[in-house]
Amino acid sequence: MSTLPYSELVMKHFKDPHNVGRIEDADAKAIEGSPACGDMVAVYLKVDEAEQRITDIKFESYGCASNIATGSIITDLAKGKTLDEAREISWQQASDALGGLPPIKVHCSVLAVDALKSAIQNYEERHGLVKEQVPTTLEEVHRRLKHVVNPAVGLDIIRTKVVADVKLEDGVVQIDLDLPSDHQFANAIRDEIIEKIEPLWDIRQVNVTFRGD
Amino acid sequence: MAQQTVYLDNAAATRLDERVLEAMTPYYLDVYAVATSQFGYSLGLQAKEALETARATIAQRLNASPDEFVFTSGDTESSNMAIKGVALALGEKKGRHIVTTAIEDFPVLYSVRSLERLGFTVTNVALDEYGRVDLDALRAAIRPDTILVSIQAANQEIGTLQDLPAIAAITRERGVLLHTDASHSFPRVPLDVQRVPVDLVTVTAHLIHGPRGVGGLYIRDKTPFVKWMDGGFQENNRRGGVENIPGAVGFARAVELVTAEETQRLQRYRDRLTAQLLQIADSRVNGHPTERLPQNANVSFRFVEGESVLLHLDLRGFAVSTGSACFSRSLEGSHVILGIGGDHERAHGSVRFTFGRYNRDEDVPAVATAMAEVVTKLRAISPLGKE
Repeated sequence: MSTLPYSELVMKHFKDPHNVGRIEDADAKAIEGSPACGDMVAVYLKVDEAEQRITDIKFESYGCASNIATGSIITDLAKGKTLDEAREISWQQASDALGGLPPIKVHCSVLAVDALKSAIQNYEERHGLVKEQVPTTLEEVHRRLKHVVNPAVGLDIIRTKVVADVKLEDGVVQIDLDLPSDHQFANAIRDEIIEKIEPLWDIRQVNVTFRGD
Repeated sequence: MAQQTVYLDNAAATRLDERVLEAMTPYYLDVYAVATSQFGYSLGLQAKEALETARATIAQRLNASPDEFVFTSGDTESSNMAIKGVALALGEKKGRHIVTTAIEDFPVLYSVRSLERLGFTVTNVALDEYGRVDLDALRAAIRPDTILVSIQAANQEIGTLQDLPAIAAITRERGVLLHTDASHSFPRVPLDVQRVPVDLVTVTAHLIHGPRGVGGLYIRDKTPFVKWMDGGFQENNRRGGVENIPGAVGFARAVELVTAEETQRLQRYRDRLTAQLLQIADSRVNGHPTERLPQNANVSFRFVEGESVLLHLDLRGFAVSTGSACFSRSLEGSHVILGIGGDHERAHGSVRFTFGRYNRDEDVPAVATAMAEVVTKLRAISPLGKE
């Protein structure tokens, strides 16, 4: 009998994660997250150039159980797939493959999915497969906000109508949230928004305002 | 699940001592009446006597008069009662400024925050790297409109003890009331209210092998205080509600059972464990090296995350706590570690071990060995800490 919040599969992958470690001569790699804000995941790829297929993949994690388990399952899922196939692996697929993850843990686990996508992007950049850098649009900001999860319900902040308004001007993004500043997850949501938007190449500043006070 | 848990989270809750339960049982099954006035029936008089004996036992441990001790439902209520009770008494008359620290436990932290929303202003006094109050900063923080200073006796997480005599000397000299949350130190770390002029002291039973849901508040005689738990005239008209007599009796018995010898035993565990954990590379103590709770060890391990540590230790049969954001209900790193100038990484890898009566000598090497294994395992998969 177990009263742990994690499924047996999550615990199995947490205890003995697959594909752990570093590939020294990796064709591509990416690190998501930072020690400053919490969890980190690194993903390393070996890619068959002719087939654009992932022949080997490893990950490292500085994170909690859901972070480690997602790194383990996502590398299992990606191994042997083409880059195009692997890029489509979603957090939901990873979660399903693990028998479900607690909503409050989405933030920690989505990092591994992002790291895989970033590693693929890193491969494409290194191999001249990326188009010119395009200026960030409001649509792109919205698309990224859909990846920020409201830990209270485990759904993204666009769908749950937490985002009241988004403005983009001269590289400054202003996001108004329909939340009080003392909401249980106010700081967690703000930090995750900044984490998702700030890396965009032409964004200088991200401001998050709480309207619910 | 035949495995016996080695419980090292005694700062969260403790196992009830059978002797406490034994003392309480008659007040559930036999003397179950409410504490009546002196003109009541005899069962009520017996209940009243038990309540007052319990009150005297606990008050004595603070060197207080029994009249100055109010039973509550625990430390959360006690701290709410103290802070809001003083604010109600002095907010209009004297001022609306409160001095506290950023590392208080949640009942104080959020009581003060509630008052801020009602228009009170708050100053968080500066702390040193161990979490001790900077006394000069405290002197500077007190203003003519300051009505209350609320500074904990000991920290719930990193165990640091404040220099209460020095703090109380300052508040007394400046004519400001002092509340202290002594939930984690009472009665293991002695506090004599005749010698240390604190005005309000929060205490609780659930951290000393007493029952849940009972605590108390020492209120020095003549302290301006408004009752806000309205109801009957119980507790000398300072808190309405039928008295929890079994709880009070249990609390008093729990206090009696805490001895200096036992506390010294826990302190030996603390020191041995800390020394062994510091053998692990890239580790550091959180909180004061010596001026700390006798039962509390808190160490941060770089490059590993606390919730993963906690789960791996749980799989090995050890119960501990962490200040990691992943473990907290708000997904934020420990406000205590951040409050003493630590960064998220230090909070992320912080692990708290708190000892209690039922820990044994062999628990210390056992958890130290398990901890070394877990840290090694997690560092092997961490992207950090490798050149």
